[in-house]
Amino acid sequence: MSPRVTLAIATRVLTQLRRDHRTLAMLLVLPCLLQALLWWVFQDTPLVFDRIGPALLAIFPFFVMFLVTSVTTLRERSSGTLERLFTMPMGRLDFLLGYALAFGAVAAVQAALAAGVAIGLLDLDVRGAAGLLVVVGVADAVLGTALGLFVSAFARTEFQAVQFLPAIVVPQILLCGLLVPRDRLPRTLEVVADLLPLSYAVDAMEQLATSTRPGDVWRDVAIVAGFAVAALALGAATLRRRTD
Amino acid sequence: MVNSVIGIEGLHVVRGGRPVLDGLDLVIGPGVTGLLGPSGCGKSTLLRSIVGVQKTAAGTVTVLGAEAGSPAVRDRVGYQTQSSSVYDDLTVTENLRFFSRVLGRSAGAVGEAVEEAVDAVDLGSHRDSVVSRLSGGQQSRVGLAVALLGKPDLLVLDEPTVGLDPVLRRDLWALFHRIADAGTAVLVSSHVMDEAERCDELLLMREGRILAQGTPAAVKERAGAADIESAFLTLVESGSGDAA
Repeated sequence: MSPRVTLAIATRVLTQLRRDHRTLAMLLVLPCLLQALLWWVFQDTPLVFDRIGPALLAIFPFFVMFLVTSVTTLRERSSGTLERLFTMPMGRLDFLLGYALAFGAVAAVQAALAAGVAIGLLDLDVRGAAGLLVVVGVADAVLGTALGLFVSAFARTEFQAVQFLPAIVVPQILLCGLLVPRDRLPRTLEVVADLLPLSYAVDAMEQLATSTRPGDVWRDVAIVAGFAVAALALGAATLRRRTD
Repeated sequence: MVNSVIGIEGLHVVRGGRPVLDGLDLVIGPGVTGLLGPSGCGKSTLLRSIVGVQKTAAGTVTVLGAEAGSPAVRDRVGYQTQSSSVYDDLTVTENLRFFSRVLGRSAGAVGEAVEEAVDAVDLGSHRDSVVSRLSGGQQSRVGLAVALLGKPDLLVLDEPTVGLDPVLRRDLWALFHRIADAGTAVLVSSHVMDEAERCDELLLMREGRILAQGTPAAVKERAGAADIESAFLTLVESGSGDAA
């Protein structure tokens, strides 16, 4: 592993994103628009928006980064660029961390925009420090990136990669506490939900919204980060220099 | 052979349950070596084994005195796959800058290396074009430029001249010889038999086996044929499969 190569990869991914205006808009503007849409839906019942708003701040970065990363990584595999990089002095971790770094940086901007819109324009009630919203958003996005990198190993086409979204992301959204608070789920589902990373991402945002004690938030952020590191390690295990 | 650049002993490769290379022994020296054979005969698999990205079942591949693909040789071998294997949403220069940073060029040396590679493949007037806007031939030249970046001691090129304009093909072969004269061993695959005459040394390959190895003149003489295409047919029909 070398910081030079990691940084080169992160810079290159960001240059590609800068070229792709539509993806950039999807990453930065879309979460804000969806949030505004939801606010509008619940205009007459603002208490509901206050309850699910924080969960959305956790779900959007996770969802979007998972999608973008799984497809981009698959493109690296199928276009031959990954194979070319593997004939060069590049470590597997350089590749993974390069991506995590680039999308983490984008996530910081995304989280800041989404939090700004939610608090400033849509009057979302947040008791904790607004700056922490960005930290949690970045952790959620890196988690999405790490999982996306991992699952891309199991897809052969971009078409298959997109199908992981309903298979891996949607169940987590259903169980994370967005629809029903986790402690009111059927016991079996509650146990499952407690094992899923997105639950802790949502917990962190909800803690921020309702509590002024940053300690609880950091505990959840640490759990999310732990999941992200585990997914990156699994991703590293699926990246093979030698392939069929 | 004076001194071997590539040494292969008992190489077995199985792909999709079918043996592609079945106990291949081969020694390749300096100069421009042409690996010629029909599509599907195992050329790409052999080249991938030489750059160390092919999963092999048995045998050893030694490149420049070290195990193929080992860290010691990764910055000494340039490789181009059949696809251009570059990022088609980046410009020619952005691609070259990225790969030369991965190869370990310092920030100051990157510019010079990029200029040299662009000039070598005659893409100076397209240096700031996004790769996806270039023609197929131009795209494969970008891939070739990347392979040239690190001033490698061994250049492995998988069908680099397919589909190119005859003038450009002639120029590329001249470039391969200039590179070889400067001390880099060049291994080029092609399924076009009339490219054989442009090589210093020939390897004729069919169904995973080397039919003949030697200078173009020696191969023709051994088969008693006037050109390489006829020599190939004669060798196949006489059942000769042992490397000379």
